[in-house]
Amino acid sequence: MYPTTYHKPASLSDAAAALSASDEAMVLAGGQTLLPTMKQRLASPSALVDIRAIPELRGITVSGATVTIGAATTHAEVAGHHGVQQTIPALACLAAGIGDPAVRHMGTIGGSVANNDPAADYPAAVLGLGATVVTNTREIAADDFFEGMFATALDEGEIITAIRFEAPKRAAYMKFRNPASRYAIVGVFVAETDAGARVAVTGAGADGVFRHSGMEAALSASFAPEAIDGCEVGEGDMASDIHASAAYRAHLVTVMARRAVAGAV
Amino acid sequence: MTDGIGARARRKEDRRFITGKGKYTDDIRVENQAYAAFVRCPVAHARINGVDASAALAMEGVIAVYTGPDLKADGIGDIITGWAITSKDGSPMKTGVWSPLVTEYGRYVGDAIAIVVAETQSQARAAAETVELDFEELPAVVLADRALEEGAAQVHDNVPGNLIYTWELGDEAKTDAAMANASHVTELDIVNNRLSPNAMEPRSAVAVYDEAEDHYTLYTTSQNPHVARLVLSAFYNVAPEHKLRVIAPDVGGGFGSKIYIYPEEIACLWASMKTGRSVKWTSERGEAFLTDAHGRDHVTKAKMGFDNEGRIVAFHVDTIANLGAYASLFATVTPTYLYGTLWSGQYDIPAIYGTVRAVHTNTVPVDAYRGAGRPEATYMIERVMEVAAREMRMDPAELRRRNFIREFPYQTQVILQYDAGDFDAILDKAQAAADVAGFPARRAEAEARGRLRGLGYSTFIEACGLAPSAAVGSLGAGVGLWESAEVRVNPVGTVEILTGAHSHGQGHETTFAQLVSDRFGVPIDNVQVVHGDTDKVQFGMGTYGSRSGPVGMSAVMKALDKVEAKARKIAAHTLEAAEDDLVIENGEVKVAGTDRKMGWHEVALAAYTAHNLPEGLEPGLKEGAFFDPVNFSFPSGALICEVEVDPETGVTEVVQFTAADDFGTIINPMIVEGQVHGGVTQGIGQAMLERVVYDEDGQLVTGSYMDYCMPRADDVPSYVLDHHSTPSPNNPLGLKGCGEAGAIGAPPAVINAITDAIGTETLQMPATPQAVWQALAWARTPVAAE
Repeated sequence: MYPTTYHKPASLSDAAAALSASDEAMVLAGGQTLLPTMKQRLASPSALVDIRAIPELRGITVSGATVTIGAATTHAEVAGHHGVQQTIPALACLAAGIGDPAVRHMGTIGGSVANNDPAADYPAAVLGLGATVVTNTREIAADDFFEGMFATALDEGEIITAIRFEAPKRAAYMKFRNPASRYAIVGVFVAETDAGARVAVTGAGADGVFRHSGMEAALSASFAPEAIDGCEVGEGDMASDIHASAAYRAHLVTVMARRAVAGAV
Repeated sequence: MTDGIGARARRKEDRRFITGKGKYTDDIRVENQAYAAFVRCPVAHARINGVDASAALAMEGVIAVYTGPDLKADGIGDIITGWAITSKDGSPMKTGVWSPLVTEYGRYVGDAIAIVVAETQSQARAAAETVELDFEELPAVVLADRALEEGAAQVHDNVPGNLIYTWELGDEAKTDAAMANASHVTELDIVNNRLSPNAMEPRSAVAVYDEAEDHYTLYTTSQNPHVARLVLSAFYNVAPEHKLRVIAPDVGGGFGSKIYIYPEEIACLWASMKTGRSVKWTSERGEAFLTDAHGRDHVTKAKMGFDNEGRIVAFHVDTIANLGAYASLFATVTPTYLYGTLWSGQYDIPAIYGTVRAVHTNTVPVDAYRGAGRPEATYMIERVMEVAAREMRMDPAELRRRNFIREFPYQTQVILQYDAGDFDAILDKAQAAADVAGFPARRAEAEARGRLRGLGYSTFIEACGLAPSAAVGSLGAGVGLWESAEVRVNPVGTVEILTGAHSHGQGHETTFAQLVSDRFGVPIDNVQVVHGDTDKVQFGMGTYGSRSGPVGMSAVMKALDKVEAKARKIAAHTLEAAEDDLVIENGEVKVAGTDRKMGWHEVALAAYTAHNLPEGLEPGLKEGAFFDPVNFSFPSGALICEVEVDPETGVTEVVQFTAADDFGTIINPMIVEGQVHGGVTQGIGQAMLERVVYDEDGQLVTGSYMDYCMPRADDVPSYVLDHHSTPSPNNPLGLKGCGEAGAIGAPPAVINAITDAIGTETLQMPATPQAVWQALAWARTPVAAE
């Protein structure tokens, strides 16, 4: 690891100031991606701004059908939260399946969404539920937030403070894990909402998380597994690596989507 | 209270391991410590025109940067291979030159080019990144079969066509004739996937040069510190043996990868002398993937002929073995004498012939890895047997039984003479334990759930304790393969065993102590096992090839015999009895049929006080022995795997795995079961998860655990184990060795089960979900199969 400077501000304004004070400063949340990358000397931020001590970034509030999760909330906290389990069980379930226990007790929802790893789980939930990304300067709709792998609508120095979800009628997330890394090779989040069905796919796309409009139309007409039997998943849009070819990924998107619909609660 | 042979004694060493108090090489702290980092070749093949270390040398804390020519100038030798193989035309093998730090060419990604020594580890690593290489990238070749193609990139100028040797074994004319008359011939193309060893503890070296004494000490992660010292001294010219001490302290797993003496140890030792500093290097995990010797990597065409009753009449093998960029220590013998000699399996095969072409490629060297040649032989034979049974519509167990060897000793057509075994009995036990009779019902139940269930067999035999020395010498070995031991009884009756074997997870501190406990009735806590230090143990060949039991323990037994003989003389003299009337049990030496006796500690004390010894007997109670086996030992087993496949995704679950093994005498059943668990898990890893992938340019794709898939606890079921023992007649305890059997036997059982489930044979290891899904897809549309 290259030397860096560590800051742990107690307020959002201090965090923003620390971020702008150093040219190559980075936000540190749970560190589950950033720290291993630094240890391998693949990243060398000039400063780390640890946002976990900022009070408004922590905690979960459930108000009717609205679930608001502070950006520095860990996956384990989401998975174990009674209100989340009751209101959006698919979200609690997804959080319970991220990484391993160590990752779930360190990694945060804000960190995962801001990083937008193409194989991460949370982007599928945020996009699949049409959630709102709240930052220190504005609110961004999920459909406008994800801009391709590792790219988001966040401006330089902008910090996610919370993610706000509206409960769907029912939803589920089905993940097909990479046998080695256990990240999603394919993860499909399906949700039936008042405005129709939403289908978000992570892991598979050549350019990160995406919505599948064909499946959404079919499921909006009939939210049943067989509804998506005729839907095409284009190989050309799929990622390909030693673990899964584009053809295999495309096939798995359909299988996982069907299983998610069947399992939606 | 004794923990003799057969006791499930808890492992003495585990107290320090599970409390985090093991002392590994990286834990060693010495005065005047500096740290090394290596500059490595970034491409698979390059001509190195220059190395500019000026920026590195100007950095804070940097002590020195050395390159290949610096070592050459000091007479440091090139890295050797330990076994000379002769090609079938009688010509000697051709191997490329491997300099510890390369001088002209880099031949794989990770090839060491320079060593940087600095005050701290991070200074060394940061400085290494600034060393500028002026190099010209050359064409590379990665795959074994491609290396032999016309126009393939040449890895070494002195190895034309990349062909190291074409080795043959068996009778070609007889095999061809028998094959021509066979009523059924099964042919199979087999890839034995390349594996990375992944010992939990990465390689490490701490080199200490003492200028006052002109003496070197090397702490290192070695399975065989004496061989390391011999090679460092005799071939690499670092220091004469009496001026070099090699210590392998606690070592966290080896699986073969820590047999070899790598460039890093050589460079650290030499740099320690040059800089006057202690030099420490510990591999990062990424470096381990790049530079630890890999395993397997065979491409084979196998052909087996049967008569009309299912009896094997001929077996023909054609293998290409990838040895990587350089011929590592056991690399040349692994795909020949450790592979071809097992082509008969458990079967009475009258005609066998095969060839092995070993090739250089632009990849890290490939060498012996848990099983070393025997897994490759077993996978091939057992896949062919299963496929043949399916083709001939025979029960695969019945086909095996029809061909089992039943009379011992049995002389195979491929050098080895099997000493003992009962293959029917172990298969009976395995079938009973696996409830093979209930399989059709389990398959039907799985089908109702939409799952494909399959069952596969592997009935394997392997060879441990490579021997005897004279024979291996005649076949080209550079060393003898005996083992040494010394038993020292202290005046208070406690015992120290010094062994040339080395424990890096095997539990020697417990099992070797059990031999003493069994012999003299001494508790194992009163026995200390000393190993891994060339200053303490005079010489030894180390631990690999499951040899510590059959060879290492046999040397201990010989030394114990001598100690016992002397102890009897002393006790007989004191008790005024005939030696033959004495019995030794429960820590006492008794005169049979009387109440006259001495405690074991009293005998020991008598030996050292020497107040009343038989005339002419020397004081003391300490004996040494060397044991050179007359033959290999031959563990065998029957493994049965059951899997369930999700046909929609290809996801395959091993739902049941049964292993019935014949390891001969068992010293500690708990430790043996642990070895089987670990070995089978590694075998399942090879069959379903693990593979090293280089891209076409020779860059390592599987360079971390994000892409290289190791088996985890939830990938394997709880194993069902059974044993049937036919003791080996060739060593005093009847031991056969158990360390590699699981890794040798398991892969074909798994693949036979999966192919049984999916109904197609177009499946190579590892059977990842994608591979299984693809095989199913091909089976549905055979035209697309390739």
